[in-house]
Amino acid sequence: MKTTMPILQAENLTGGYGLRPVVRQISLQVERGEWLSIVGPNGSGKSTLLRLLSRVLLPLQGQVWLEGRDIHRQFTPQQLAQRLALLPQQQRIPQGLSVRQLVSLGRAPHQPWWRWQLPRADWQRVEQALEQTGLGSLAARPVETLSGGERQRAFLALALVQEPQVLLLDEPTTFLDLHYQLELLELLQRLKQERGLTLITVLHDLNLAIRYSRRIALLGCGCMQAIGSPREVLTPGRVRQVFGLKVEWISTPVGGQLCPLAAVGRGEEKTLNVLELSS
Amino acid sequence: MSGGEVWRALWRQGDPTHQTILWQLRMPRALLAQLVGAALGMAGALLQGMLGNGLADPYLLGISAGAGLAAVGLLTLGEWTRWVPLAAWSGGVLTTLLVYGLARSRSGLAVERLILAGVAVSALFGAISSTLLLMADDRVQVALSWLIGSLSGRGWPEVQTAGMYILVGLGLGWGQARALNLLSLGEEMAVGLGIPLARTRVVIGLVAALLAAAAVSVGGLIGFVGLVVPHMVRQTVGSDYRWLLPLAALAGAGLLGSADILARLGAVELPVGVVTALMGAPFFGWLLRQRGAA
Repeated sequence: MKTTMPILQAENLTGGYGLRPVVRQISLQVERGEWLSIVGPNGSGKSTLLRLLSRVLLPLQGQVWLEGRDIHRQFTPQQLAQRLALLPQQQRIPQGLSVRQLVSLGRAPHQPWWRWQLPRADWQRVEQALEQTGLGSLAARPVETLSGGERQRAFLALALVQEPQVLLLDEPTTFLDLHYQLELLELLQRLKQERGLTLITVLHDLNLAIRYSRRIALLGCGCMQAIGSPREVLTPGRVRQVFGLKVEWISTPVGGQLCPLAAVGRGEEKTLNVLELSS
Repeated sequence: MSGGEVWRALWRQGDPTHQTILWQLRMPRALLAQLVGAALGMAGALLQGMLGNGLADPYLLGISAGAGLAAVGLLTLGEWTRWVPLAAWSGGVLTTLLVYGLARSRSGLAVERLILAGVAVSALFGAISSTLLLMADDRVQVALSWLIGSLSGRGWPEVQTAGMYILVGLGLGWGQARALNLLSLGEEMAVGLGIPLARTRVVIGLVAALLAAAAVSVGGLIGFVGLVVPHMVRQTVGSDYRWLLPLAALAGAGLLGSADILARLGAVELPVGVVTALMGAPFFGWLLRQRGAA
């Protein structure tokens, strides 16, 4: 037995939409204060895995534990939302909602059902999160008038006032230009250090994942292909098999990065499975 | 009646005929119009919030027709009339499930499919209801005014039967405001913020069906109130359901109350559903165009 319990743990997780599993037999452990990135090609089940970890989807098999408690059986939805926040890839934006109002919805899991207005202390948290995400001057603006990057920060502020211990983000950098991508990830890193937040991000860009997260989980065809440090997981051989991409590790001022060399066929990936790789 | 006569009749003074007209005819009917309008307005707001789409409304989704069919069925049988509101509610709920089932496809739930299914179910159930009404009573008038939606000849008994259900439904509906605020961010966000999705959907669906059923069992198929009202309110107070829901009920009450007065103004009394359709259908067209442009 380890002395510290992983904050989030999944075992043998199988699930998808309807009865057809999209991800199969995924097991992983995330330590408190860690940043894990989930990477994989399109359709490999990254978002599905995130939905299974956050209770949006009910697994067909397997379990997820948060601090040793089953997220489906031992938490009410509200209790879970006090500890775990999800930032999905796409959100709907209600017409006329101001940034401040939007962010204040993040306090919902902390309110008893009968409460009509947020107490003052909660509004202070909202203001704090607006400052932290650099949205102070935009607080009164309707969310639909914001740029993509500002919107993403507004939803991040919402997740922050939720004060979760674990924050799951599904491709938070999509639709953002490189400037905002880095700005957002730097912000996440700062929050991780300041608050001890545990982060699980689905990232499309392998090099961003390598740069910001200590550990990477590689999905392919709905199965966990490898999990570990970037160098261990994203070996040229495995990247070739899973992504159909010929790459080489190069060293850069910010550490090692992958340099794509050429796209190649990826026929072999179909025969891969967890067992072969872990043996 | 002049203003003074109305005022005296209100205090149960003056001409007894005036008193009767005011207390037994005008007053209950105005009250009923407002109750039905409030029910339809809130039902529309609830459904639009739950489905995340501004085209939802109990009439378009066929809930009204389903509730109506159940009510008409019992009424024409002439038995168990005490159970009419309950039957209408079950009819509404079952129709909601039916429409939902028809509209569902592998790629999820498209609102256009939902409305197509709703219109088809509405047409079918409306036809069956008319047939039942015509078999029971060969005056076309009755069936027609039911199909179009009318409050003609309604009084205190209807206020009593439907009123309680409507008031309960309005209260329960308002209680869903916070959940609807979170649902308006999309399903995944709502779950992430602690909303039990399935349970919340069922509750909102049941309450909306209750309101629609109560409205239908006294007023027939009055259309477009549930569609138009939430949009008007949203334009003025925004998307916060804590305000949107009660104001949609108030605006619905005001709208149907005045529509019913308009319906009686002419030489021939129009069914109130004609007035709401005259106002609502162009609005619906405009809404469709807006969606196309966006």
